[in-house]
Formats: sequence, C-alpha cells, structure tokens
Amino acid sequence: MGKNLMRTELGALAVVMLVVGIGAGQNGGVSSGYPTPRGNFTVSQQRGHGLYLRYCVGCHGTFGDGNGENAPYIDPKPRDFVTATFKCRSTPTGTLPTDADLINTLHRGVEASNMPSWLPLSDENRVDLVAYIKTFSPRWQSEKAGEPIKIPAEPAVTMESITHGAELFQKMECWKCHGQQGRGDGPSAPTLTDSKDQPIRPYNFADGGNDARFKCGDSNQDLYKVFMTGVDGTPMPSFADVIQPNDAWDLVHYLRTLQAHRRSKENEVLKAAGGKIPVKPTAQ
Amino acid sequence: MRRSVLAVPLAVMVSPAWLFGAGTVSGKVTYTGTPAKQKTIDMSKEPSCAKQHATPITTETVVTGANNALGNVVVYVSAGAPDESSAPAQAVTFTQKGCQYIPHVLAMRTGQELKVVNDDQTSHNIHPLAKVNHEWNKSQPPGTPPLSEKFDKEEFVPVKCNVHPWMRGYFAVLKTSHYAITADNGSFSLPNLPPGKYTITAWQEDYGTQTQDVTVSGSETETVDFSFKAKLY
Repeated sequence: MGKNLMRTELGALAVVMLVVGIGAGQNGGVSSGYPTPRGNFTVSQQRGHGLYLRYCVGCHGTFGDGNGENAPYIDPKPRDFVTATFKCRSTPTGTLPTDADLINTLHRGVEASNMPSWLPLSDENRVDLVAYIKTFSPRWQSEKAGEPIKIPAEPAVTMESITHGAELFQKMECWKCHGQQGRGDGPSAPTLTDSKDQPIRPYNFADGGNDARFKCGDSNQDLYKVFMTGVDGTPMPSFADVIQPNDAWDLVHYLRTLQAHRRSKENEVLKAAGGKIPVKPTAQ
Repeated sequence: MRRSVLAVPLAVMVSPAWLFGAGTVSGKVTYTGTPAKQKTIDMSKEPSCAKQHATPITTETVVTGANNALGNVVVYVSAGAPDESSAPAQAVTFTQKGCQYIPHVLAMRTGQELKVVNDDQTSHNIHPLAKVNHEWNKSQPPGTPPLSEKFDKEEFVPVKCNVHPWMRGYFAVLKTSHYAITADNGSFSLPNLPPGKYTITAWQEDYGTQTQDVTVSGSETETVDFSFKAKLY
C-alpha cells in the first residue's frame, strides 16, 4: 500500500517535471526561432528578437540603426534604436519614452510613413518587441523612462478657447514652420532637416479629409502631448516651459479648426460662431 | 606594509600646487593652407534680426586672425589632471542675439548649469544635437525667462535653431576645469597645473582634434603650439 502510493507520487513528479521542461523549452526557443537564449537576453527579449527578425529587420536593420535593406527607399527613414531618440512620447523632451508609449506606436503605426500598424500581433508580442528594441541602446540600462507629463482635464470647447489658441499660435510663432493656415508652408519650412540631416516637412493640418491623422495618435490628448513634449529627433520643439497647461488646451482647440475638412467639436463651435476667428496674423 | 599605507596620504599631501607652485601650459593655435571662405548670412526672412546688423554677418565655422591664427579652438587637459570636484555653482550663459549665438562655442563643465537667453524679438528653438548626452529641443519665444539645462557627459554638442537654419553653435562639455577657448589671435593659457604629465587636446569644429603630451615640473610655463591643416571646403 505505502509502496504503491510512493510509486504514484514519483510518477506524478516525473510528469510535472516533463511538462515544466517542455514549457521552458518552448518559451526560450520555439517561438523565438532560436533553440537557446542568446547572450544575456531575458526570455521576453529573446522572443522579441525572433519577432524582430521576422517583422522589423527589413527596415530597422540587424543592428537596430535604421539601416535595414529597405531603408534607402524609405522616407521618412526608419527609426534608429541605437540613439534611443523617439518621436512619440508622453515624457518630456530629451527623456526616454515609457514602454506604453512604444507599445502605442506599434499599435497605431506611424501615419505618413512606412511604419504600419502592428495590431495583428498579440499584446505579448508587442511587449516582447519593445523589450528587444530596448537592447540596442545602453541608455535603457543607465536611465529610467521620463515621468509622463501631467495633462489636466480638457475644458469645454468654446469660441473663447479657440480664439485664445489662435493668439498663442501667433505668439509662439508656430506659423514660422506650419504656415498661417497650418498648411506646412511657413517661411522656415523649406530649410527644415531632422537630426540626421534629412529634409523634413512640418505637419500640414489643412491636408486630408475627415480621416486626417497625426503621427503620434489622433485624440486631443495626443495633440496636446505633441507640442508639450516635442517630437524628438525633428525640428518640432517642446513648449512645456512656455505654455501653461490650460493654455495648451486652447491651442489644441485652435489646431483642430485648421483641419478644416475634419468633423470635430471645434469646427462645429467655429461654424456656429460664423466661422471667423478675430485674431490678426502676424506680418510676415 | 605600514610604510606604504603612510606613503599614500603623504604623497597626496605634498603634491598640491600650493607647495610646489603651479605651472602653466600656454601656446598658440594656427592653421596652414587656405581656410574656406565664410558665407554671408541672408537674414531677410527675419527682419527683426537683420536690422541689428549694420553689415551682413558671416558663418563662424572657421574664425581666423593675423599670422594664420585660429580662433574658437577649445584647448583643454584631456588626461593627467587630477579628479576634480563637482561643477562650479555659477552658470554659463548662451545668448541668442540678432539671430546669432553668443558665444559661438561655449565651454562648460559636466553638470554645470547652462542658461539659455533669448534677447531677440523672435522665437528660437534650442536644439542640441547630442549623441552621448540626450538630444532635446525646446522653444523659447521672445520675452520668456532663460532656460536652465545641464549636460552630464563629456561631449562636443552641435546646437542649432530649426527656425533660423543659419544659427549654428557648439557646446563643449568638459570634465576638466582646465580649458580655454582661443581668441582671434589664436593664443591660449591653461594655468594652475600642478607638476605632472598631461595630454593637451585642441578641438576645432571643422578641423577635428589634435593632442600633444606635455610635462609640467614646477611653476614654469610650458609652450604647446597646435597647427591645423585648413580645409578648402
């Protein structure tokens, strides 16, 4: 009786060990395309590496420097992960983005570029990919991600808010690059280059229809983040030091009216008020 | 064993400059050949800046003086200087005036406060294209208070303003306090160097770096001259 029980226990133990062993083997190997974890990679980084070689390497390159096989034919150029400079962040200019920022970019894709949305991948896949691309720059070992900026609740869209936003657009001289109608044709626009000396165009708000989108997301909050964190690696600076949080919302409301063909609360309010904003453009 | 333990603090105690006197390394930076002609800057797109300059200004990639002297060269002790305390409390100031950077090359210590001032009636964006430190980019409209920043690592950082593409400058972020920037006459002086072997590096934004070793044995002045080969373009 005692002997039989012990044999059963030993058998159960063997089964458990076998299952755990197979599980570990699959996590470390099968899904990554490599039989054993490489170097000091964590299991997540290892899986991300396999996914990267399958989906990302063509543009972003083996070394993550944005010099993949397709890079010469792409404009804007693929992101260079070695510099760890990222456009779409919730964190202040010069700081590292949060994992959520990078996952959002994978989710969304980057409008007006060759970066597609990676929505078809699983959530786990996106987490693993982010873990892997963070191995390209030593910055991720020595620093933490920046503290996301604080965004107060959005106030109501009013003509007053839109008008104040239009004043800020003049005062902050947004039109120097984006143009008085937001068409991306300001006086400095033709000379703009990104941090790798590639020509770059300011965003054209007036272009596009009801589906007009921004590179870093489509909500009013995303638009708020763009000019309060800056688009690092491009000429677009951060205005966090010079625009107060509530004023920033006014600017958001005005910018929405520059997207003339897009249905929005802002355009409705403007239309109801007669369609005219009482702000004179600065003489150019 | 006991003697060597005693010898270390003793050596530290007797080596400071105040005991042996401090030496100076000085010299002159020159160029050979013909430097590229500096381009005239067209500021007509920014009238508020253009009117501040009676005659149009030129780029400052290469600044020269009489007798082939080379200005705006950062000369500093790159090796041999004892580890130094943290950065001075006083800030260094980088001014944007007349759509120009003043000074064109600004040296500072790692961790030292950098104040960026906008004296113009136009918006500037300050965009240091750092690679070792972090790249950042901040807007500074007219009438806003100075920005306060710092860099943690040694690097020569190009700075630009995207709104006014002719605006180009450099931050020379250095660990050492022993540095100098040559005037238009090309001369520099690095005082207060205790006896020792030093590596002196000279950096020019277009011509790159040169290094020379020098030994300071007492309170004398050692001469170290640098000569850069000018680039035609």
